[in-house]
Amino acid sequence: MMVSGAGAVFVRELKQAWSGGGGVSLPLGFFAGACSLTPLSLGPEADLLRAAGPGVLWIALALSSLLPMERLFQADLEDGTLDAYAGSGVALEWVAAAKTAAHWVSTGLPLALIAPVLWIMLQGPVSSMFQVALVSSIGSAAFFFFGAIGAALTAGVRRGGLLITLVALPLYCPAMIFGSAALYGAASGGDWTSPLMLTSAAALFAIACSPFAAASALRAAID
Amino acid sequence: MTNVERSGAVIAIDALAAQRGVRMLFEGLNFRAVPGEVVELRGPNGSGKSTLLRIMAGLTRPYAGSFSIGSGDQDAPRHYLGHADGVKPNETALEQVCFWARFFGQSEASAHLALERMGLKSRARVPGRGLSAGQRRRLALTRLLLDDRPVWLLDEPVSALDAEGRVCVETLIAEHASAGGIVVAAMHGPSLAGARLLDLSAIGGNSPVSSSGARVSG
Amino acid sequence: MAIMTVFANPHRFMSVSQPFAWIFSLAGVALIFAGVYMGLFLAPADARQGDAARIMFVHVPSAWLSMFAFAFMAGASLVSLVWRHALADVAAKSAAPFGAAFTALCLTTGSIWGYPIWGTWWEWDGRMTSVLILFFIYLGYIALWQAMDTPQKASRAAAVLCLVGAVNLPIIKFSVEWWNTLHQTATFFTGDNNATYGFKAPMYVVALGYLALFGGLTLFNMRAEILLTRAEMRLQRRLALG
Repeated sequence: MMVSGAGAVFVRELKQAWSGGGGVSLPLGFFAGACSLTPLSLGPEADLLRAAGPGVLWIALALSSLLPMERLFQADLEDGTLDAYAGSGVALEWVAAAKTAAHWVSTGLPLALIAPVLWIMLQGPVSSMFQVALVSSIGSAAFFFFGAIGAALTAGVRRGGLLITLVALPLYCPAMIFGSAALYGAASGGDWTSPLMLTSAAALFAIACSPFAAASALRAAID
Repeated sequence: MTNVERSGAVIAIDALAAQRGVRMLFEGLNFRAVPGEVVELRGPNGSGKSTLLRIMAGLTRPYAGSFSIGSGDQDAPRHYLGHADGVKPNETALEQVCFWARFFGQSEASAHLALERMGLKSRARVPGRGLSAGQRRRLALTRLLLDDRPVWLLDEPVSALDAEGRVCVETLIAEHASAGGIVVAAMHGPSLAGARLLDLSAIGGNSPVSSSGARVSG
Repeated sequence: MAIMTVFANPHRFMSVSQPFAWIFSLAGVALIFAGVYMGLFLAPADARQGDAARIMFVHVPSAWLSMFAFAFMAGASLVSLVWRHALADVAAKSAAPFGAAFTALCLTTGSIWGYPIWGTWWEWDGRMTSVLILFFIYLGYIALWQAMDTPQKASRAAAVLCLVGAVNLPIIKFSVEWWNTLHQTATFFTGDNNATYGFKAPMYVVALGYLALFGGLTLFNMRAEILLTRAEMRLQRRLALG
């Protein structure tokens, strides 16, 4: 029952994200737009972009993953779906985990897939495209699962988008630091695997604690 | 033999109290419901009907008192239908019923049956945003049919329904009760046939202390 | 433990807390003045930093208090989530602005100290960065309280946030230090500066004063919070009856 419920929610959320409504394209557009604005403000010098590029890419990825968080639980709370989930006897931890995982698959992975393209536009070496995609996909998991805690905490708040940013950004610090270190390592041909390991640790920690924190915040929201 | 017949679930509520904000909704509520019973919650707006249902559904904690729904130590599975329908605007009626069928671990065949039973067969391909309020209510009610659960907790199940829809819901409730299930429904307007009335207004929400208990009639 | 049971009951809390609030606050102010006097006039000037080091007497204790206040809030949040104790919510909520104030004081005094010693108002030093992030966590906590429409919802959401923050704080601190050592190109100072003061007493006196002041102000704030809830309750009752 628990697992079938979580599986059904996962599939439903994937369908919702991909069945139009601009759910996925918006963060992708924001990510690409933010990275494209960088040369306009820093200047187009290749050396400067090469030095700043990995950091810019990473902060843009973090902000793009915060952008769609506002509606993650809010829509279900408003239309009564969350009440139905909670009243069905399926633990909200499963629901939160399934929704966040589906959200990461539908939005986080596409972000990680276009990251190498933006990387090249920011004068990163072509040889490290694969590393960039790998680091971005793991880092975005940390961003999405920590962001889900913020989304659940602010689900009952109207216009809670800015509040999510304030609540979730401190939690982003570890993934912020290790992920960009991995990107700089990949750019310079230096050590990128050990920061990647630490990024993965941050992602695993987020995946482990996010469903419990989010579910307990959601229970407060429907109470 | 269905789950409902097997469970023999009983609802027992003892000295239950609930608050909203700083206000007591009801206090000292005691009642029992046995298999085959339909309990109708009455009372004006703000008397705590919805809150009582949410407490029984496990969504809200009571201020004081205790309740159990089940037989012996076994908790009985229950359906909760709130006053929000939980209908998604961008999914078709069929997609939504199929989702809930999978959610409860049931086949898609049961989804089609439930749609037909609630008179929504012709609307199966219409997205939620194209359904009227009554049709959305019917769609929410299909969840009751998807999984066989002994206890139904319904918050104004017939709101927005037309005469035909109301008959349909009354038939569902009567069938569920005669199969040995329990239905607790908050209602306005005409009463359900054969229902026992539980009047929450008797307990007076606003007074700080009054442990007279609910007046149960019927 | 006896004191815990006294404070666990809101009515008893209201009847006994007022003298404590006054005593703690006044003692706190007195101790802070005494500690600052000791630090400014009795303690010797630092061998290398001169009089600039004297700001440490207010800076270091504020850093301690910024962490102590958060630990206190996390403890209260745990009590509120596990035992649903209303007074624990009030305690965590009431402590937050003072915790944030000590954190801000720590950042400001650190910055003022940094200018003559490091030659810059802000240095992305590991400690300063993690205190800055702690400050953001405080701000998020306070903002979450303010954003919710009912105190019941706000208290549970805020308690979850506080515990999530407390669990993450060591990880954030570790990662910031790792990041700092990775990026540090030049070290502005070497060794443990605290060891060269030779005179730690003023620091402890100020810390004790901060602690007492924090306790006193938190008690005052808790009392105000409870009185506000009671007034609202009375108002709603009057509206409902009349």
